[in-house]
Amino acid sequence: MWRGRRGLLRPSGCGVEELRCRRREREAALRKARREQQLVSKRLLRDEATEEAEGGRVVVILGEAQIQEFLRLAQRGIEEKERERALVSLRRGLQHPETQQTFIRLEGSIRTLVGLLTSNKALLQLEAARCLHELSHSEQSAVAEACLPATSYLLTYLSGHSSDFIELCLYTLGNLIVESEAVRRQLLPQGIVPALAACIQSPHLTVLEALGYALSQLLQAKEAPEKIIPLVLGSTLPQHILQLLQPGPKLNLGVAVEFAWCLHYIICSQVNNALLITQGALTTLGLLLLDLAAAVQRTEDAGLELLVCPVVRCLSNLLTEAAAETVGGPMHLQDERVLAALFILLQFFLHKQPSLLPEGLWLLNNLTANSPSFCTSLISLDLIEPLLHLLSVSNVVSVLVLTVLCNVAEKGPAYCQHLWPGLLLPTLLDTLALSDTEVVGQSVELLQLLFLYQPGGVCRTQGSNFGVSYCRQTLYRLSHQGSPIIQ
Amino acid sequence: MQLPPALHARLAGAPGAAAPLPVQRDALAGNAPFRFAARQVRFPREHEFFEDGDVQRHLYLQDVITQVAAEPERPRVPEFTCQVAGCCQAFDALEDYEHHYHTLHGNVCSYCRRAFPSGHLLDTHIQEWHDSLFQILAERQDMYQCLVEGCTEKFRTSRDRKQHLVAHHLYPADFRFDKPRKGSRPASQVSTEAAGEDRAPSEGDAMEVCSEHAEAPPEPPRERRVYGHRVPSTICFGQGASRGFKSTKKRSKRP
Repeated sequence: MWRGRRGLLRPSGCGVEELRCRRREREAALRKARREQQLVSKRLLRDEATEEAEGGRVVVILGEAQIQEFLRLAQRGIEEKERERALVSLRRGLQHPETQQTFIRLEGSIRTLVGLLTSNKALLQLEAARCLHELSHSEQSAVAEACLPATSYLLTYLSGHSSDFIELCLYTLGNLIVESEAVRRQLLPQGIVPALAACIQSPHLTVLEALGYALSQLLQAKEAPEKIIPLVLGSTLPQHILQLLQPGPKLNLGVAVEFAWCLHYIICSQVNNALLITQGALTTLGLLLLDLAAAVQRTEDAGLELLVCPVVRCLSNLLTEAAAETVGGPMHLQDERVLAALFILLQFFLHKQPSLLPEGLWLLNNLTANSPSFCTSLISLDLIEPLLHLLSVSNVVSVLVLTVLCNVAEKGPAYCQHLWPGLLLPTLLDTLALSDTEVVGQSVELLQLLFLYQPGGVCRTQGSNFGVSYCRQTLYRLSHQGSPIIQ
Repeated sequence: MQLPPALHARLAGAPGAAAPLPVQRDALAGNAPFRFAARQVRFPREHEFFEDGDVQRHLYLQDVITQVAAEPERPRVPEFTCQVAGCCQAFDALEDYEHHYHTLHGNVCSYCRRAFPSGHLLDTHIQEWHDSLFQILAERQDMYQCLVEGCTEKFRTSRDRKQHLVAHHLYPADFRFDKPRKGSRPASQVSTEAAGEDRAPSEGDAMEVCSEHAEAPPEPPRERRVYGHRVPSTICFGQGASRGFKSTKKRSKRP
C-alpha cells in the first residue's frame, strides 16, 4: 500500500527531537491554513527502491542548457537506454524547485514532455509521467499549472490497463486538482468524474488508493457542493465507494482511508445524503465501525485512527438525516453493538489521539439523543461509569459527556433510577466547582433532570436522604461562592 | 477508562437492540432557566469542530506521521522476454512487463497495428477506420461519437467531433488519439499508410511516433506516396487476422 514513502528528502541523520519539532511546525502551519480555509496538501509518490538504485538522493539543479540537452536526447536519441537515462536525469533534476522553474520557462519543454508521455515507448512514458508528477507536486502555482496541457492525456490513460502508470497519473491529477479552481474548471468538462467512475473498477489496490486520493482532493474543493458533488452522486462512484468500505478480509486500510474521507466530504456538504442512505451507507458504515473496534483490540496498528475519524463523522452526520429515522426499516441503525464498538474506540482515542474524543462523543450524542433503546443500552451495558472517567480530559469533552448523560436522564424516572446510584452524583458535584461556565451549566442541567425524575424513596442505595441533602448543601455553598449559574 | 469486560463479548455477539425502558417526560423539564433538549447535531464541512481531525488527515497526506502499513519490496524475477511475435524486449520485473505489454500490445488494432491507450479508443478507431458499414451509415446520420467517457454526443463528421472536443471538453486541438481519416479511402489502404507513417524501423507496431509530431508533414503528401499497391478489400488472407508484416523496413517509400 505504501511504497516505502518516507517523505521528502529526509536527511539521514535526523534525530527524534528534530522530527517532533518538524511535525509541530507542520501541524501549526496546517491549523493556520485551515482557519484561513486554505487547507491543501499534495502527495508525492516517489519510489524509494528506484531512488536507492540511482545512488542516493542527491538533487541536482539543472540549468537551461542541461535541460535542453536531456530533452533532446530523450526525444531523438538512437539508443533506447540513452533516451531513458536522459529522462531519468531530467526527472531527478526536477525534484528541485529551481530546475522546475527553469523547465517551465523553456519554450516547448512541456510540449516535448507530453509528446514523450504519449509515445509508444513504455519506459519513456513512465519517466515522462514521473517528471510531470514532480512538477504537479510543486507549491508554485505556475509550475503546477504548466502541466495543464497534459490533463486530457492523463484522463485518457485512466482507462488503460497498466496499473503503475495509472497510479502515477492519478496522483498527478490529484495534485493538480488542489492547485486552483482554474484547473478544476478544465478537468470537469474533460470528463474527470466519468473517468474516475470507470477507473474505480480496477482490481489493483495501489490504483484504488490513488483514485481515492484524487477524488478526495476533488471533493474538498470550495466549489464542490455546487459543482462537483452532484456529478459524483449522479455517477456510479458512491456505490463503488461503499463497496470498497465493506468490512471483511478484502478491506484494505490505505484504500479505505481515502474513500472514507471522500464519503465524509460528500456527506458533510449535505447535498443529497438521503441518496447515500438508500444505497446502504448507514449499514456499511455501522458494520465498518464494528470491524474497526475489533481491529483496535487486536493490533497496535498505527494509523487506524485515520480511518476511524472519517467513519465516525460520516455516521454522525448521516444520523441527523430524516431518512435515517425510518424505524424498522433496514437502514435504521439500532444495533447496540455499535455502542459497544464506540466505547472501545473512545478508549482507543483516549490512548492514541485524545483530540478525537469530541468527535466520538458527538456520535454518541447523535446515537442517544432520540433513541430510548440506545439510552437503555448505555445503562444495561454498564457504560455510565466509563463515561464519567472522561470528565477530567478537557472542557469540550466534559460538556459532551454531560450532554450524553442528559440525553439519558431526560427520558424520565425509569432512566434516572439507574443514574442515581454509583459515582455519578459525587462526580457531578465535583464538576460544579470548575470554572468553565459551559461545563457547569451542563452539570446543572443534568442535576435538574436528576432531581426532577428522582425515584420515589430517594437514594435508597445511599441510605436515608444523604444524597439529596448533600446535593442541597453543595449547591447552597456554591451559590454563595458567587457562581451566577448556580443561583 | 476501564471498560466492563462483558463489552468485548457483546461486540462479538449477535446483532440486537435493547428493549427500551419506558419514557416518561415531565412538562417541567424544559422550563426556564433550564433549557436542555436532547437533539442531534450536525456539523458542516468548514466547522472548527473538525479542525483536529482535518489536521491529522493532512499530516498523513504529507507523509509525516506513520504509514498505515508497509508494502513488500517489488520482487525481481529472472530475466525474460516479451512473448509477442516480433517484440524482443527483456524484463526482470513483472510490473515493467505489464506496463510494456499494455502500452505496446494491449489495445492494438489488428487491421493497422496501431496501439491505443484504452479499449474504448481502440473500439472507436476500428469502427471509424475499418468498418465499411460505419461509412455507409455515416452518410445518413450522426455516427462519430464523442471520445470523452460519459458524453453521449454524436457528430456527422470527425471534424465536428473534434470541434466539440475542443470547445466543450477543453481538449487540445492536436489531441493525439483523434487523428481523422482523410477522404473516403477504403479500409485496405490504411495498412499501407500506417507503414508509411512509421519512421524509426524499430517501432513496428506503433501509432504516430511522438517525437516527429511537431514536424510531421501534413497527411496529404504521405498519401500520395502510397497509392500504389492496394489489396482489394474483398481479399482477406486470414479471416480478418492482422496482415502481419513484421518489419516496416520492407515497406519502404515507393514513388
